[in-house]
Amino acid sequence: MYRYDNYDQQMLQDRIAQFRDQTRRFLDGELESSQYQPLRLQNGLYIQRLAPMLRVAIPYGCLSSRQLRKLAHIARFYDKGYGHFSTRQNIQFNWPKLPEVPDILAELAEVEMHAIQTSGNCIRNTTTDQFAGVAPREIEDSRPWCEIIRQWSTFHPEFAHLPRKFKIAVCGTEQDQAATQVHDIGLYLTRNFTGDLGFQVLVGGGLGRTPVIGQVIREFLPWQHLLTYLDAILRVYNREGRRDNKYKARIKILVKELGIDAFRDRVEAAWDQGRDGPATLTEDEVRRCKRFFTDPPYESLPDHNAAVAAALATDVRFTNWHDRNVRQHKRPGYRIVTLCLKATGSAPGDLSAEQMDFVAELADRYSFSELRVTHEQNLVLTDVRLQDLPALHAALLREQLATPYTGLLNDMIACPGGDFCSLANAKSIPIAEAIQRRFDDVELQKRIGEITLNISGCMNACGHHHVGNIGILGVDKKGEEFYQVTLGGSSDRKAALGKVLGPSFAQKDMPEVVDKILQVYLARRTADERFIDTYQRIGIEPFQEHVYATTH
Amino acid sequence: MPQLIDVLGNPVENPWLSLAKDATLEEVRQSSDKLLLLPFQLWLAEKAALLATGKTFGVWLDSDQSCELLAGDLGLLPLVALNFPTFMDGRHYSSAVVLRQQMQYDGDIRAIGDVLRDQLFFMKRCGFSSFLLKDSVKLEDAQRGLRDFTTSYQSTVEQPEPLFRRRA
Ligand code: SF4
Repeated sequence: MYRYDNYDQQMLQDRIAQFRDQTRRFLDGELESSQYQPLRLQNGLYIQRLAPMLRVAIPYGCLSSRQLRKLAHIARFYDKGYGHFSTRQNIQFNWPKLPEVPDILAELAEVEMHAIQTSGNCIRNTTTDQFAGVAPREIEDSRPWCEIIRQWSTFHPEFAHLPRKFKIAVCGTEQDQAATQVHDIGLYLTRNFTGDLGFQVLVGGGLGRTPVIGQVIREFLPWQHLLTYLDAILRVYNREGRRDNKYKARIKILVKELGIDAFRDRVEAAWDQGRDGPATLTEDEVRRCKRFFTDPPYESLPDHNAAVAAALATDVRFTNWHDRNVRQHKRPGYRIVTLCLKATGSAPGDLSAEQMDFVAELADRYSFSELRVTHEQNLVLTDVRLQDLPALHAALLREQLATPYTGLLNDMIACPGGDFCSLANAKSIPIAEAIQRRFDDVELQKRIGEITLNISGCMNACGHHHVGNIGILGVDKKGEEFYQVTLGGSSDRKAALGKVLGPSFAQKDMPEVVDKILQVYLARRTADERFIDTYQRIGIEPFQEHVYATTH
Repeated sequence: MPQLIDVLGNPVENPWLSLAKDATLEEVRQSSDKLLLLPFQLWLAEKAALLATGKTFGVWLDSDQSCELLAGDLGLLPLVALNFPTFMDGRHYSSAVVLRQQMQYDGDIRAIGDVLRDQLFFMKRCGFSSFLLKDSVKLEDAQRGLRDFTTSYQSTVEQPEPLFRRRA
């Protein structure tokens, strides 16, 4: 993992001192609330429905056990004993007290964490694939590049007051678990025909009110030019992005209005300025950043273990968990293990302070003290020895963290919704829970197979509903909470936006609606088809016919 | 009177008379002031007639006005002021960078309008060299604001070498 040096640490200390003073001025009435608002937002602090909400960055999803223990401490001491992992590799605390927030930030700084630019109209936390560095057949480890972008974007003076928020994702794996194509900028690590490393650059993707898949602005950007090129894109956006209407202010609207070619021309013109200038990356800097992400001291182990084989032959619970939550690792004898935070009855992505401490302990014991958070709101132990799987599974069972549903229906994404969020049209968590209850059966989940179900409480789409195979969006119908369903969304390399099924549904009907959708799929699928494959083959009509024939 | 400070935070005299956005050539002719800060459109429309008055001019730009249109004029203008209608409108951070880096402007770039203490550090790094503080901002607070951070990562006008080239 990246470790701060004196420069990084000093910047963090300066930031805390600055924010402490801003908060004091606000509480003393020296700073108007309209002036304080953007300042607190750039420190991750929202004023929510019930209390302030503090969003803490987990840069590109990498977390150490020491950091997780600190998060547990904050949850316990400053909050109500739990935290919520969001879809953007952040953790949110829903109950901090405003005057204590500078103290929380100071505590976070002790473990090289912060809430910088987790909100507001600025460049947000850069996200990436949770399996970076450990996935087999990786193109390139994205983490050093994310760190380079983190530093470039932190307090970038030119881009502190953009038209709107700005999100960057980097992906170096084949699969893309980072939803790269629905970011303001998406960067795919790639090699050109001579084997040089660079990026395919996408721009203008995003969810929210106007969901768009990003378009390629540059097929191959040599790595040296990463920062100067980002500067150029951001400069064009900062100057020309719309500021008259908050809903038209994202870069995707600018790209759409200009057209990708005209937008590219402007970026190239701006790039002429910075290209080959001092912001051009050096071999030294890349090497320095890569040094933080070298392999841990792996043992050389066989890729077979008798105890695991025996457990797989006899223990159904272990096998179910293993099938879904354990993945191949780049090293023989090691596995990647996902802890699915979707136990029925607990809000997706929520983790109690006790569970955090417990997971930190597991990371120490089984995974070189490191873990990852995923955009599907789960946690990952990246480097578990194959032989440790049975013991790890047993430990997870005790803390309700062995839910065997990773990648299945009940591994759903849900935003905090109307229970917490003041922007919500409708609740998300009770919907998630009702669906989870209805389908909480391993055999049923297995039969349905790989599927994504994403729930957002409003158009802002924090729950990424557009790119769920099944998407659920909370809408307001004459003051009542209704839900609109979309089908066919996907956020991997073949990203697609879901299509609206039809008129929206009442809350109580939602489990039934999902059931009906799945009935069509199960009846029509061929042998190995995943939900999305069947959907793409048969289209939306059969689903519409069945769902509306019987519920309306 | 709003306080003007330089890039180090020292208070300085402001000898410039600033004219409103709808000012006319007539007003310029009748003014007894020698140093006039003109709205951008007036300058673009009446350049020759203005220069004939023998006065010295600066130009101020609103946040939707593009500094590139001053190419060719910059040698005549010792001052370019960039107006922040609200501090959340960040377009002029880029204008300052473009003026300095692309257009090689080495005169005074002044932040005017909603200029508050919490943005001064960033403005300074983008190449602003003077700041007309909003009335509510106290001098010592502004001076502190200019020093909010001890170091920064990026390549900027103020410090072209990014931290990664300076890191020991
Ligand atoms: S999608 Fe809407 S309701 Fe859900 S967290 Fe985002 S803003 Fe709040």
